[in-house]
Amino acid sequence: MNWKQLALDLQLDPVSLRNIYTIARREAFGFFASPVAYVFIVIFLLLSGFFTFMASDWFGMGQASLERFFMWHPWLYLFLVPAVGMRMWSEERRLGTIELLLTLPITPWQAIAGKFLASWAVLALALVLTFPMVITVNYLGSPDNGIIFAAYIGSLLMAGAYLAVTAMTSAMTRNQVVSFIISVVICLFLILAGWPPVTNMLIGWASPAVVETIAAFSVMTHFMSLQKGVLDTRDLLYFLSIVGFCLFSTSVIIRAHRAG
Amino acid sequence: MIKVRNLKKHFGPKVAVNGISFSVEKGEVLGFLGPNGAGKSTTMRMITGFIPPTDGEISVGGFDVLTNPIPAKRLIGYLPENAPLYGDMSVCAFLSFAAEMRGLTGEAKKKAVHRVVEMCFLERVFHQSVETLSKGYRHRTCFAQSIIHDPEVLIMDEPTDGLDPNQKHEVRTLIRTMGEKKAIIFSTHILEEVEAVCTRAMIIDRGQVVANGTPADLKRRSENAGVVTLRFAEGYSGSQNSPAGTVAAGKLGGIAGVKLATVVGEKPLTLRLVPTSKDASAGAHAQLAREVHELAVREGWKLEELHTEEGRLDEVFRAITLPDSNDSKDSKKEAA
Repeated sequence: MNWKQLALDLQLDPVSLRNIYTIARREAFGFFASPVAYVFIVIFLLLSGFFTFMASDWFGMGQASLERFFMWHPWLYLFLVPAVGMRMWSEERRLGTIELLLTLPITPWQAIAGKFLASWAVLALALVLTFPMVITVNYLGSPDNGIIFAAYIGSLLMAGAYLAVTAMTSAMTRNQVVSFIISVVICLFLILAGWPPVTNMLIGWASPAVVETIAAFSVMTHFMSLQKGVLDTRDLLYFLSIVGFCLFSTSVIIRAHRAG
Repeated sequence: MIKVRNLKKHFGPKVAVNGISFSVEKGEVLGFLGPNGAGKSTTMRMITGFIPPTDGEISVGGFDVLTNPIPAKRLIGYLPENAPLYGDMSVCAFLSFAAEMRGLTGEAKKKAVHRVVEMCFLERVFHQSVETLSKGYRHRTCFAQSIIHDPEVLIMDEPTDGLDPNQKHEVRTLIRTMGEKKAIIFSTHILEEVEAVCTRAMIIDRGQVVANGTPADLKRRSENAGVVTLRFAEGYSGSQNSPAGTVAAGKLGGIAGVKLATVVGEKPLTLRLVPTSKDASAGAHAQLAREVHELAVREGWKLEELHTEEGRLDEVFRAITLPDSNDSKDSKKEAA
């Protein structure tokens, strides 16, 4: 690994930023020219509404909080985020456009960042469109909007982490289905490692330190603490390091493919 | 502009490119010829920085493609094999994207897009989605992308593949015109294209350069190069006791430079002369034709045709890339 080269690749001068922006705009263009973005947004809104109001009896709880809304996000994202991200690199490889993209005067890192940010923006847009939930709870009661804000940040970061995992699996294969399945499995692991039913089971035959270490790898642990309204640097760092690690792996995979 | 030294590429145990060296200057159009899988595309992909070589050096415009890829890539326009495109974009959006990636904005971008649309005859499909284009238009859209920044170096992998004869002609004319100011490399399977467009041609086989020269040089390496054919005017007959052909063949066979003179047609009488020397220069060819002409004048023969064969690239191509002698004999029969 050439660290000096990596540092050079990662610098953000105006030209790099413009390249990232142009790549991101093209990618976003692709999302809205095809039904992918619309389908994702509509399905996400429908399902999150259904789970909040129907499956978890939000009205019956009589609480002005969005806890029941956010608790479904790790599970909704489990399938929806890989569906959005699975084409990110596999499509480029299948169509051969990766040859155009990587012979442009840009670094691979700029292409990776641009494509990732565009997909993340689509996820963010879906999340923003859930604003009627916030209006509803504020109309019906007086919730702690700080907690809601922290939970939104957590949800966005979690979506980003899943998306980075998908970017990595998408670079591995030209087959979108394979990319989808592998990323779902990895994301499922990230959920289950810290999901209370699983940790409760583990605690029976492993020492608490081991269980805690495993749980520390889970998005659940970190998302739950953000959901309580605590914007802890460690949680933010956790999500951002997953994103960083997976995108770095993406660049390694892409380079390995080209090397043949 | 382009310098390649001892370029090698291994894919696992398979050797795709095995020590290719060449250079291309501005004003040159270099044609890559070779059978499928000879390493043409791999070589181009390495020059454009898409895949790293196993060994060797590549520099474009003085920039090392391996250690300093960005400035090198700025100089290069690239048309990959099969002309890949983003299907979900319109021609207009795609070309704008390509222009922006090349650092063109605002008025400069508009001008650049307008210029390539005109050069590649894309006006009719300008707002059409790439997915709905015919193969010829797709190809030209990708071609337009490669020249949008008016690059000094142009690398094209089978630029006329899948085009109709008119489109092929247009693209060839474009390449030839641009070749006056740029350094161009392109690959093709169409041999006449090499003659029409290239200033230099390179035949690549099994990852190595097996022939390198101007199209005319290469053609003279053909087995039939230098063969002179003469056709007599109707009504020529020899002396009474020997047929015209035998007489003429005997006389022509007496010329110092002729190895073999054979009659290939009786009516009208046609003869074929194989030269002795393997000297493939244009001068040697002209010399033989002159001597035949002088003989004809002395004998009072009326000739309707006197023709020196320049040789054919496809023969050279087959002879070089099919080293097995049986194969080349068979293919000659087919050609005859």
